[in-house]
Amino acid sequence: MKQLALIIDLNVCVGCHACVTSCKEWNTSGWAGPLSDFNPYNTDPTGTFFNRVQTFEIGTFPNTETVHFPKSCLHCEEPPCVPVCPTGASYKREEDGIVLVDYDKCIGCKYCSWACPYGAREVDQQQKVMKKCTLCVDRIYDQTLPESERKPACVLACPTNARLFGDVHDSDSEVSQLIRENGGYQLMPEWGTNPANHYLPRRKTRLKIHEDELQRSDNPLKKEGVLPEPPKEQQTLDDIYMSW
Amino acid sequence: MHPAFSVIFLTTLIGVGQGLFLALYSGQIYSMMNLLPGQDSQSFYAIGTLLALLFLAAGLVASFFHLGRPMRGWRSISQWRTSWLSREIIVLGITLFLILLYGVAHYLAWTQPILILGETYPIDLSLAIGTLAMFSTFALFISTGMIYACIKFLQEWHSPFTVINFILFGAASGFTLAAAFSAVIGSDVVVFYATWAILLTFAAFFTRTASLIRNSNLKPKSNLQTAIGVRHTVIAQKAQGAMCGSFNTREFFHGSSLSKLKIVKTIFLIFVFPIPIGLLLAAAYGFFPIEFSIMAFIIQYLGLIAERWYFFTEAKHPQNLYYQSVS
Ligand code: SF4
Ligand code: SF4
Ligand code: SF4
Repeated sequence: MKQLALIIDLNVCVGCHACVTSCKEWNTSGWAGPLSDFNPYNTDPTGTFFNRVQTFEIGTFPNTETVHFPKSCLHCEEPPCVPVCPTGASYKREEDGIVLVDYDKCIGCKYCSWACPYGAREVDQQQKVMKKCTLCVDRIYDQTLPESERKPACVLACPTNARLFGDVHDSDSEVSQLIRENGGYQLMPEWGTNPANHYLPRRKTRLKIHEDELQRSDNPLKKEGVLPEPPKEQQTLDDIYMSW
Repeated sequence: MHPAFSVIFLTTLIGVGQGLFLALYSGQIYSMMNLLPGQDSQSFYAIGTLLALLFLAAGLVASFFHLGRPMRGWRSISQWRTSWLSREIIVLGITLFLILLYGVAHYLAWTQPILILGETYPIDLSLAIGTLAMFSTFALFISTGMIYACIKFLQEWHSPFTVINFILFGAASGFTLAAAFSAVIGSDVVVFYATWAILLTFAAFFTRTASLIRNSNLKPKSNLQTAIGVRHTVIAQKAQGAMCGSFNTREFFHGSSLSKLKIVKTIFLIFVFPIPIGLLLAAAYGFFPIEFSIMAFIIQYLGLIAERWYFFTEAKHPQNLYYQSVS
């Protein structure tokens, strides 16, 4: 069974918000109607977004690290938001695991947003229905687009390749390999939602050098004065290896 | 969570309506067993049922203000297999219908015994309908409570106390209203209803206090570490992705100061429990039974509004971890 998902690589996300704006642009121009904004050029602007980039500071100054953290619907494999919906407007597609809202059925009761622990759903204040990331379902299957563009808008927009798109149930897919090899993890695993989207952690490559590796334990030319020179008749490690 | 008045009125008003019906029905059971003097079908049961229906209908109207698209509300009966909200709406409809039928049965005086139970207890049609309506009323209490109790990461709500408190608060306020109603129409069952109202209020006091204690000792399962998946004890949000708030900051934060929460909690603890108990006691002993029992109901109902408001502010949604600071 296919489960499409996004992989967010926190190691390379620079917090540029390109995914936020391209997501907004694509989804406000689609057939489902605009993602409404209120007071966009005034005080207190607010509006509906499917994707937000947040910033966290880890640690205490001066030992701090900044983590930019993009957050959109995680297309959970056990989505708690779906069974609670009284109308069936919220559903998870069998064929590719995308969690969607049918805007023509939604009554705007907001119950599903209560049932999402990640705050991934937002009510459109103008259309009065619940909205959320569609995994760009209207892009990824669009035969009129060139093959290379049949990807979510946010993935195409990311300048650092921090967003990757693919089937996390296919073990050989690029995203599955990344999750496997680079420590991909899920958010709030404690609720058993089993999010399809995974995050790749900040990664550092460190070389571990032990103290004794800085001293040469064996010194064939016996030139350094640190170690006392062994008596001539004593066998050294080299002699043993040579004798083989 | 942000307390929405539509939902506060919905849950408290239908609670009163359900409780009042339960009071009328238990009165009828007691009369059938000859433990209470029988009441007139039309002036007592039919009018009382009408009053209960008014409260239920008012709650239904309040609920529509919660919906963004109320005209599509009929769609909400489709997912009864999985959704407690869907179940609540269906059971609310059934309950309204059965209680209406109960009122009609009394109004048309369908009270000739249709069978005699154990040769002493006459069962008539109104009682049979009432029994069905009683089961439906309890199913409605359970569905309403489960809407809140079934969301496991709202830990404050995810407990049997939520359902028990909905039942006891509804029943207590309904019996209080029944005492006031019977006092107003000059019926002789004021003491019966006042006594039960006091007992139910006491019971609600114990379960609500227990849930308050439980909630104050809860340890949140989610924290910033699990929310963003970084293993460090010091994590501070620097930006939430929106400068002036979003649906996430409006729907899930109560936005009230600690002192306001304390005041509301004190108000509901005083208005729901001791004052109505005192007034009902006085009414039961014959001091101004009409005035005191009406006052008991009004004060208890106001207290219940405060209680439900506080119930919403108690619940801490894990999504709030992602919305800790603007920038
Ligand atoms: S992230 Fe939230 S909205 Fe998306 S599938 Fe999971 S629970 Fe549902
Ligand atoms: S807001 Fe819409 S999608 Fe969400 S639970 Fe209500 S009807 Fe379903
Ligand atoms: S997949 Fe599409 S809808 Fe979802 S965050 Fe990316 S651009 Fe927005």
